[in-house]
Amino acid sequence: MSTKFYLGTRKGLIQVERLERGWEITRTSFLGVSVPMLLPDARDGRLIAAVEHGHYGGKLHASSDDGLTWQEIAVPVFPARADDEPEIICPMSQKPIPQSLEKIWALEAGGPDEPGVLWCGTVPGALFKSTDGGASWKIVEGLWNRAERKEWFGGGMDWPGIHSVCVDPRDSQHVTLAISCGGVWATHDGGVSWELLGKGLVAEFMPPSEQENLNIQDAHRIACCAAHPNHLWLQHHNGIFRSTDAAHTWERVTTANPSDFGFAVAVHPQDPLTAWFVPGTQDDRRLPVDAALCVMRTRDGGQTFEPLRTGLPQHHAYHLVYRHCLEVSRDGRTLAFGSTTGSVWISEDSGDTWQRLSADLPPVYCVRFA
Amino acid sequence: MPRVEFTRNLARQTTAPPCQVEGETVAQALEAVFARHPALRSYVMDDQQAVRKHVVVFVDGTAILDRQHLSDAVRPDSEIFVMQALSGG
Repeated sequence: MSTKFYLGTRKGLIQVERLERGWEITRTSFLGVSVPMLLPDARDGRLIAAVEHGHYGGKLHASSDDGLTWQEIAVPVFPARADDEPEIICPMSQKPIPQSLEKIWALEAGGPDEPGVLWCGTVPGALFKSTDGGASWKIVEGLWNRAERKEWFGGGMDWPGIHSVCVDPRDSQHVTLAISCGGVWATHDGGVSWELLGKGLVAEFMPPSEQENLNIQDAHRIACCAAHPNHLWLQHHNGIFRSTDAAHTWERVTTANPSDFGFAVAVHPQDPLTAWFVPGTQDDRRLPVDAALCVMRTRDGGQTFEPLRTGLPQHHAYHLVYRHCLEVSRDGRTLAFGSTTGSVWISEDSGDTWQRLSADLPPVYCVRFA
Repeated sequence: MPRVEFTRNLARQTTAPPCQVEGETVAQALEAVFARHPALRSYVMDDQQAVRKHVVVFVDGTAILDRQHLSDAVRPDSEIFVMQALSGG
């Protein structure tokens, strides 16, 4: 069973461990400072934290002793815009999109065959790659220079952002990512060239002529099955989609119960038919349906869903769960999720029952198992 | 030489001691500080080398006007304060 996970919160990093007497908070780091993203790197045991100072900007820190001590490492730097290079104007707000780091929104390790490779997705929407464990970063020009980037716009934030990066366990050069709002993209050569995917996705927030435009889809979160990486699940702004061909085509799942709106998705690491979601009331309210919190699970590839409520508050529960805040561990049975209202729940039985770790934490931005 | 001082909150995050440096503009003075304490740069300047959105630089009690290039002049006896802007929280 997985026995440790980390929370990135509005007020710091919180480490949670399974002790003999149960799950407990065992360490905190960066108290008072926002931690939007974390990466426990299984390859070398390092823990990497994105730290976002309200005044002093975004930084990255790494720890080799499980958070006891930290060293600041390099942070992605956007390329300077040449004087004769036109600004990119957000097609929605008609404001220029800054060419400067606002938020680190995705951190993932490269494959086990490429030690030192890290991927970092940001707001505004850009992808950075490090080949030296975060000592330096380079913008991934193959994506940055795509003309389609001018059409991306913010979903939930002022600017577009890359929030999901899936490295294929079979082939480290194959990476799939998602952008709010800029669709689903994949590379098969480690980031040199990119292909826009997503046939079957539908953006109902756009006029009819644009709803099937792959480049403006608002994928809230994508997650792939570790044992069957061609199988991905997608929580989209307009519903739940599933792909069995490595994100090329998607089928909309219409059986969600009680709702197909949400942000987070977790996929069973061995069974591609099993996935979990935290449904909400679409779309302008963004609350648990009927103010009764549940996690929604399918075990048959989306033919049916079951709302899991045991241990979760069912009256006047106004918890929203952001896209990085629901995780399943490698055992496929231990799950954790955290809310904007500072509650964290843990399940040790695939979601059948839940226990609340705390209701007193800061807003939770990400949950990651060690 | 102008004296440069940083909000004490910065010392929680990185090395930011008060210091006296050469410089006829805010840019020159801060560059001299950053030469001594390289890690301090990214806390004061953004990645495009403008003053961070929620940081304010004062020269002799007045906020600087040129936040992009920091061309505001400083005198040999000027006091430069690098502070948090209240806009940041």
